[in-house]
Amino acid sequence: MNGSQAKSKKIVSYAKYGYIFILPFFIVYCFFMVYPLINTFVLSFYGNGSNALKAVGFDNYKILLTGSGTDMVQAANAKAASGIYWQSWGTTLILWCGNFIVQLALSLLLAVWFSDNRIKLKGAGFFKVIFYLPNVITAVSVAGMFMMLFGNTEYGAVNSLFLKMGWTQDAFKFITDVWMSRVLVMFIQSWMWFGNTTLLLMSGIFGIDPSIYEAASIDGSSGMHQFIHITMPILKPIFLYVFITSMIGGLQLFDIPYLFHDGSNVSPHLRTQATYIYTNFHQDNPNYGYSAAASVLLFFVTAGLGLFIYNFNSSGEPKKKKKKGGK
Amino acid sequence: MAAELKDYTKSIKIQQVIRFVVCVILTIIALLPIYLILMNATREHQAIQSNGFSLVPGGNLIKNFKALGDPTAGNGVYKRSFNLWIGYRNSLIIAGSSTLLSIFFSGATAYGLSVYEFKLRQVARSIILAVMMVPTQVVSVGMLNFMLQIHWTDNYAPLILPAIAAPSVVFFMLQYMQSSFPLDIVEAARIDGSGEFRTFIQIALPMLKPAFAVQAIFAFVTSWNNFYTPSMLLLSGDLNMKTMPMMVSTILGIRRSIDYGVNYLVVMLSVLPVVIIYMCLSKFIVRGVALGAVKG
Repeated sequence: MNGSQAKSKKIVSYAKYGYIFILPFFIVYCFFMVYPLINTFVLSFYGNGSNALKAVGFDNYKILLTGSGTDMVQAANAKAASGIYWQSWGTTLILWCGNFIVQLALSLLLAVWFSDNRIKLKGAGFFKVIFYLPNVITAVSVAGMFMMLFGNTEYGAVNSLFLKMGWTQDAFKFITDVWMSRVLVMFIQSWMWFGNTTLLLMSGIFGIDPSIYEAASIDGSSGMHQFIHITMPILKPIFLYVFITSMIGGLQLFDIPYLFHDGSNVSPHLRTQATYIYTNFHQDNPNYGYSAAASVLLFFVTAGLGLFIYNFNSSGEPKKKKKKGGK
Repeated sequence: MAAELKDYTKSIKIQQVIRFVVCVILTIIALLPIYLILMNATREHQAIQSNGFSLVPGGNLIKNFKALGDPTAGNGVYKRSFNLWIGYRNSLIIAGSSTLLSIFFSGATAYGLSVYEFKLRQVARSIILAVMMVPTQVVSVGMLNFMLQIHWTDNYAPLILPAIAAPSVVFFMLQYMQSSFPLDIVEAARIDGSGEFRTFIQIALPMLKPAFAVQAIFAFVTSWNNFYTPSMLLLSGDLNMKTMPMMVSTILGIRRSIDYGVNYLVVMLSVLPVVIIYMCLSKFIVRGVALGAVKG
């Protein structure tokens, strides 16, 4: 009796240290994340530009989502604002899909090759190091690299090569053409992230018990057959994980599409959600309202995706992975 | 039987060659852009204009480098908007201090959550897990507005201090402690009369070093590469405050009618430190990713 009392007393007396150790985290998190998030919600109910101090209720949401005019915003302007907003969703999805399909196919192939015990790949360690390298380079510099190499004029490295070889008569407009620039951005994203996705998928493949493959081999199953019937089903959870984290990463896509333009304005066909939010509040006469409303909507989309993973993870299937996936 | 085995070995050999060749091609794709930048950084403006694609270096590296500090080069654009040492210094200050804060406080938070029993422990853990995925973009409007109110724009504090609360690093540390930090040690230290903070600093921190190392690399690289937050909060355009990526983006924005060689050099210099760090620590980093390490 006495002993257990003493013990419980001891635990109570240490509990306060638990709070002390975690306190800095929560104070800072509230200051730099929670309050700004609340502030974003509040701002989304206020006007834009010179009307920044007027409460407008759900007008910003109404304008962005439906394009219908309000007391303060004329119908034509509302329609234009909504058009830009939805276009930026389309661009985000296009850029993400194009990059993700290529990236996943390539990464899956490489991950299987790297972890294949039957056919040892020479220099696998070296290749892994090289493939991950683009991921650590500053995205701004990556954008700069590709913009200079794929410059619009005959001075860009690629155009210069093409013209010299006689493969084309005129310089390609890599930077300003709608689809060329989009494909290029997708390529850059895949270039930056395929090494990362490969390493993530590999950690999933290494988790597969090798005796399953042995048994399949003895039963006469071929490599391709094994891949489809063993590797793929077992990798499903980590696929889903990579898919969702990459999607959340894709929703944050900013640096490269933001910088990838020829004049002083962001290319409209490369305007992603993050770019939309940023350019609206980062201008001389900021549209806090639109920007905040778009942020809130983006928050709910991200939270939905996050919740999906969380449920999936807690249903017990995959090991929790926490690497931020390929953008 | 022997023939069959021979066929089998042969098909494996062919497969091996195909895979190797594909990997070599991918290696070229991964390295070529970086290599071309390196080559063009050593070349002259006119040479690049007449042929932008060169696999051999030119002899203009030192001249290009001197142009960066020359008030007449490119109408003074380089001198006005780019300073290598200020850029390195500022990025180093921000990335270095946020890395230290991030690993120290994430270690402390994880320690508090795994060593002590308290009422809100489970709640705190769940919150940290739940907020891991919240992207900074969705709070940036509110953040900028708030920082303007308290006059914290053009200040490094909002770029460095948020590193104290890095949910993904905490999550990693929690997992690491679960597998490699025996709680008996804390008990033993108590019996020996060590205070709680002393135990954390003198016993727990050294034991967590391997986990710290992986996290520190990722935290440093992420912060060094960050363009979004600094360009959102450093509004004055003062060169003395700018980080390396901000300077590069300025140069990219005015890249018309200036010296191509110097532009290539700017991009190369911004890439150089991370590439060197990566080359030194690549084994570590690649293993860290495979472990499910966190970035950002």
